[in-house]
Amino acid sequence: MPVYSEKVMDHFQHPRNVGEITDADGIGELGNPTCGDIMKIYIKVKDDKIEDVKFKTFGCGAAVATSSMVTELVKGKTLEEAEKISNAAVAEALDGLPPVKMHCSNLAADALHLAIEDYKSVKAGKGHIAKVETCDHEHEGLDELEHA
Amino acid sequence: MKTINFDHFAATKMRPEVKSAMEPFFIEEYGNAQSIHNLGDAPREALDKARVQAASLFNCASNEVIFTSSGSESNNLAIKGAAFARMAQGKHIIVSGIEHFSVLNAVKSLTKLGFEFTALPVDKDGFVNPDDVKNAMRKDTILVSITHASNEIGTIQNIKEISEIVHGFGSGAYMHTDANTSCGFIETDVKELGVDMLSAAPHRFYGPKGAGLFYLKKGTRIMPLIDGGVQEFGRRAGTENVAAIAGAGAACELAKNELNKRREYLLPIQKHIIDTVLSSIDEVYLNGSRTNRLPNNINFVIKYIEGESILMWLNNSGIMVASGSACTSKILKSSHVLTAIGVDAALAQGSLLISLGEDNTMEDARYFTEQLPPIVQKLREMSPLYEEAKSGK
Ligand code: FES
Repeated sequence: MPVYSEKVMDHFQHPRNVGEITDADGIGELGNPTCGDIMKIYIKVKDDKIEDVKFKTFGCGAAVATSSMVTELVKGKTLEEAEKISNAAVAEALDGLPPVKMHCSNLAADALHLAIEDYKSVKAGKGHIAKVETCDHEHEGLDELEHA
Repeated sequence: MKTINFDHFAATKMRPEVKSAMEPFFIEEYGNAQSIHNLGDAPREALDKARVQAASLFNCASNEVIFTSSGSESNNLAIKGAAFARMAQGKHIIVSGIEHFSVLNAVKSLTKLGFEFTALPVDKDGFVNPDDVKNAMRKDTILVSITHASNEIGTIQNIKEISEIVHGFGSGAYMHTDANTSCGFIETDVKELGVDMLSAAPHRFYGPKGAGLFYLKKGTRIMPLIDGGVQEFGRRAGTENVAAIAGAGAACELAKNELNKRREYLLPIQKHIIDTVLSSIDEVYLNGSRTNRLPNNINFVIKYIEGESILMWLNNSGIMVASGSACTSKILKSSHVLTAIGVDAALAQGSLLISLGEDNTMEDARYFTEQLPPIVQKLREMSPLYEEAKSGK
């Protein structure tokens, strides 16, 4: 399957941090409007650091790999550092993604940021944030005509 | 690791007989079939022979066979060729909603030139209701094009009955069927089907890529899409791809001789896969008709997981399959065929499309049915949808 880099294949076949955290401090869940996929990220926070992180993903190879990569990138990082992790950084850490799959990396970073937002909202006494149905990125490059 | 091709709709391995039919025309007999001098003799004879072989498979006269470059070209020639030739009579075309994109996008393109089309719905098994054809017919209907068998769900349409309706209506509309998936595996007798035009793709039945077949009933008017010389009775200009056409002819002859054998060989393999997958994995569904189905097609949806991930894991086990999930499509939309038979978008994500061929064995089928359940389990454990569904219970 030459469309994916070796790193993507590695994370797809051996995803890191799969699962759920039952007593998570923050949960970010996001659906993808482009292809209908869903990503869920759980974080455990201690002293403003992401002590543990887990994910569940319903999606393509790139979606699994980007979720896995994002959890690996933020584990042990401070919230501030984690908030700065961009979609591009996730894709880059995987040695790139095919253009048609860039939207999958949006999903991973956005789900992480939602989990942090959720944690902060709970901490501020405002309760959990609502589940977000879609990510808000532009999805370009789709042809008007359909192709098999 | 062994490679198991369960994606024969993408490519079949050429038969040695096909290859040897093609071989003389690359180097030794490189002449142009239109030449009057001696160099043209062998290529011309090869074209004649291939035409007879194709005509025998279609049960038509050999001058009713036109060679094109692909099944998609044949579909375009049928749709646009008939539309352009008959636009003075009307501008309405009827298709089904589960046609291949070479039909659907052709009629969509025609709307830019003022044509209109009706895309008929199908039922949950993918059947076009002949009554719907009857009700959609108009005085200005010039063409009806319904696929013989779906390339995704394998459902075989009742083309004979639909053809009778179309011709009985009296608007002079032509009936075309896209047999690009069915030809070579079930009967494609044009008299029996009652069609005016039929498209077929030899590379789907052990022939070469680069040649397509088009049946055009005598007296059916089409305008060529490629104007030029006199090749293909003036219906399709351009120097003939003699090698590919010779191979296509050989593939037609093999198909004609082996049709029953192929079905009898494939049916038990198909049955084993369907029965075993449905019984060993929960929340899996078969799409398409169970009975009126191509012997080489299987289409499942597996709930809570996504097709590309399944495909990649199977690829890892040496099994090549396709999927109709949005993530696997280049335009990130789930299969229009699954949508048309009422499979919702989330479910369509778990689509798995298997197309069998003569190189598959019962052993391959057993290997596949052993490999699949743990893959499904692994992906479900990773799926937030599965988690929700389980906790909801
Ligand atoms: S999750 Fe659908 S394309 Fe990646």
